[in-house]
Amino acid sequence: MLDYVKLLILGLVAVCAAIAANYARDAAYLVHALLIMSAAAITFFYVLRRTGEPQVPAPATEYMDGPVRAAAIATAFWGVVGFLAGTFIAFQLAFPVLNFQWADGYLNFGRLRPLHTSAVIFAFGGNALLAASFYIVQRTSAARMWGGGLAWFVFWGYQLFILMAATGYLLGSTQGQEYAEPEWLTDLWLTIVWVAFLALYVGTLLKRKEPHIYVANWFLLSFIVTVAMLHVVNNLQIPVSIFGSRSVTVMSGVQNAMTQWWYGHNAVGFFLTAGFLGMMYYFIPKQAERPVYSYKLSIIHFWALIFLYIWAGPHHLHYTALPDWASTLGMVFSIVLWMPSWGGMINGLMTLSGAWDKLRTDPVLRMMVTSVAFYGMSTFEGPMMSIRAVNSLSHYTDWTIGHVHSGALGWNGMITFGMLYYLFPKLWSKQRLYSLRAVSWHYWLATIGIVLYAASMWVTGIMEGLMWREVDAQGFLVNSFADTVAAKFPMYVVRGLGGVLYLTGALIMAWNLYMTVRKGVVRRDAPIATPAE
Amino acid sequence: MSDQKTEHVDTPTLLEGDPDTTGHSWDGIQEFNNPLPRWWLWTLYACIVWAVIYTILYPAWPLINGATPGLLGFSTRANVAEDIQRFENMNADIRTRITEVELAAITPDGNPDLYNYAIQGGAATFATFCSQCHGSGAAGVQASGYPNLLDDDWLWGGTIDDIHYTISHGIRNEDDLDARYSQMTAFEGILSDEEIASVVQYVRNISGQEADAVLAAAGETVYLDNCAACHLDDGTGDRFMGAPNLTDAIWLYGGSEAAIEYTVRNARFGIMPPWSAEASSAGRLSEAEVRSVAVYVHSLGGGE
Repeated sequence: MLDYVKLLILGLVAVCAAIAANYARDAAYLVHALLIMSAAAITFFYVLRRTGEPQVPAPATEYMDGPVRAAAIATAFWGVVGFLAGTFIAFQLAFPVLNFQWADGYLNFGRLRPLHTSAVIFAFGGNALLAASFYIVQRTSAARMWGGGLAWFVFWGYQLFILMAATGYLLGSTQGQEYAEPEWLTDLWLTIVWVAFLALYVGTLLKRKEPHIYVANWFLLSFIVTVAMLHVVNNLQIPVSIFGSRSVTVMSGVQNAMTQWWYGHNAVGFFLTAGFLGMMYYFIPKQAERPVYSYKLSIIHFWALIFLYIWAGPHHLHYTALPDWASTLGMVFSIVLWMPSWGGMINGLMTLSGAWDKLRTDPVLRMMVTSVAFYGMSTFEGPMMSIRAVNSLSHYTDWTIGHVHSGALGWNGMITFGMLYYLFPKLWSKQRLYSLRAVSWHYWLATIGIVLYAASMWVTGIMEGLMWREVDAQGFLVNSFADTVAAKFPMYVVRGLGGVLYLTGALIMAWNLYMTVRKGVVRRDAPIATPAE
Repeated sequence: MSDQKTEHVDTPTLLEGDPDTTGHSWDGIQEFNNPLPRWWLWTLYACIVWAVIYTILYPAWPLINGATPGLLGFSTRANVAEDIQRFENMNADIRTRITEVELAAITPDGNPDLYNYAIQGGAATFATFCSQCHGSGAAGVQASGYPNLLDDDWLWGGTIDDIHYTISHGIRNEDDLDARYSQMTAFEGILSDEEIASVVQYVRNISGQEADAVLAAAGETVYLDNCAACHLDDGTGDRFMGAPNLTDAIWLYGGSEAAIEYTVRNARFGIMPPWSAEASSAGRLSEAEVRSVAVYVHSLGGGE
């Protein structure tokens, strides 16, 4: 019966999407309608072939690892795509001729920049978080994922969201809000997928066999709940036409800016920090084979972090139309956030006490520890940059870009690489990774890449901030904007080279993971049968 | 590739001398019962105390009718207004005098303080508003229609008063009725292809470039009949019409055969906006700023 309902809904969606494609007012909407139509049609035929077939009930005593495997592969794939886009646009800034005339309006910097940010944050980071959530919630609850095939819906639905967002950017569909660029249709689809994700996660927690909920799950759940809230509020839009991709935002002026940066900062706080801390709290103790340093610290820093982060957004709007009081509060909460952020770093690093010697022999653990170190560095740099006086120098400069990337490449990237190196042998039942030497190469390429990136952006950011504010004795600006752009050229080239190193490391990882699956030695250990306590 | 069993795993990971754990284990992960690190806790407290003090001193807490102003009376808007006012006061006298004296009198010897102010201020204004087209070094963009301001080849005149007029009113814009205005004829359809080809060679010839002698000779008549009215018989151009000198090696839109042919067929229509707020509602600069830029541009090397 359920299959027939599914078929009916999928058929309707496909037909409606086809009609919408016919009436489409712009190219982005047309492509989106066709994407939805194809996705619905493919799913329709998939369900149709299974309808009426005898169903094998899923073994309730086995973890559901198929979606984890899919999300892990997608993480590596989108990672390479996102790093490639980032490296390319870095060179577009250094050499504007790379904004090819023949691709103008599609592959110029303005179109590719949101493609890069969304590919790395939402496609690479998002799939990493899907893989981590699916894997961790099952293992630490000792329960199979709730909702039958719901995890597959979440996985494929999320990939459809990524495709809609990416094609939209290239075709010029954007609502112009950073990290929230996709227009209303894509937003609505993500909302549906995200609610399914939340249901699946809470459902699995509810049927757990462990008496307590492990700390990683607090972080992952807070990430899922808060991102849902942020996404809905920051995307309150009214479509201009149901057959067009354009929409008009409900809030305007400084209210819109404030909502956008409340969203933007907490996308960092809950997507890239809380979610990835959840990852860290599972995979570091696992890889180090040591207990977590302090339960008390984890509980205090968790509640402090999620309470404080949500107020820190106004520090993105110092010296703007935003009232001074809001800017003060944003700054003050950012400073108080410093220690709660560092709680995660302490718990991560101190978990290695008694296992530091493993860093010599285990490049995967080295990767994870380095990521925590970068986390600590950027969560110090962030509060510092939120101080009004510092911000008056750093705002709008490349220092901000450097800050973001030391967090993103160092913390999010490295912990994800560590997770993938841990997961692939586990998920494909291999004894070990294909090559640890390749992991070491990846580690050094990535680390040097980050150092080149961050250092060049610090230098150029501070230089440009100083050049902008330089006035002569009579109060006249000394430099034109074009002067600062010209002065930044060498640093832009260094930054691009950093990106090349980081991308090369990721390609080595992709090869290593592929070889692990293809050629790794199969692990044949019996499942450990210790009964639950 | 079978999925793993949902069994509770308990890998012993403890070492001799480890502190107590909380007693739970998730998939083999345990947690120590360590206290909060003291330095961490005290730094957190210090941050909170600092935050409270800071919000008392600075505008912070939103109430029903506005926010608490803070004891220090801090305001980013007032600060920047004060900064601007300080320089305004400092320069007020010079700004008045610079609009009152003859432009030609603003020289290093005649009025050193005015001259210094005009050069510094003109350079800053130029960097902000003019460099987008004329380049931050004022060399223009050769062959793209953005004139070089460093040489002595002037389209509309290179005296300081000419320059001042051009900056104030702009060229061929629709915002200022006093803008400098002229329009070259597009000769496509007026002249035959042969005539266009020959006049192109003639112009190449008088500008000292390699040219087809036969065509160039034939082009002279075409030139005198059609072009000389503005560019004059000898091709040296007419500043009153903004008609460029065709005999030198300086080209606004390029001196290649293809570029000249394009110009003859389609004409060119370069536009410059009016900058004086007094001359036009589209203007964005005060008279003192326009005058400063005029002095600055005049000083760059080509001023007459």
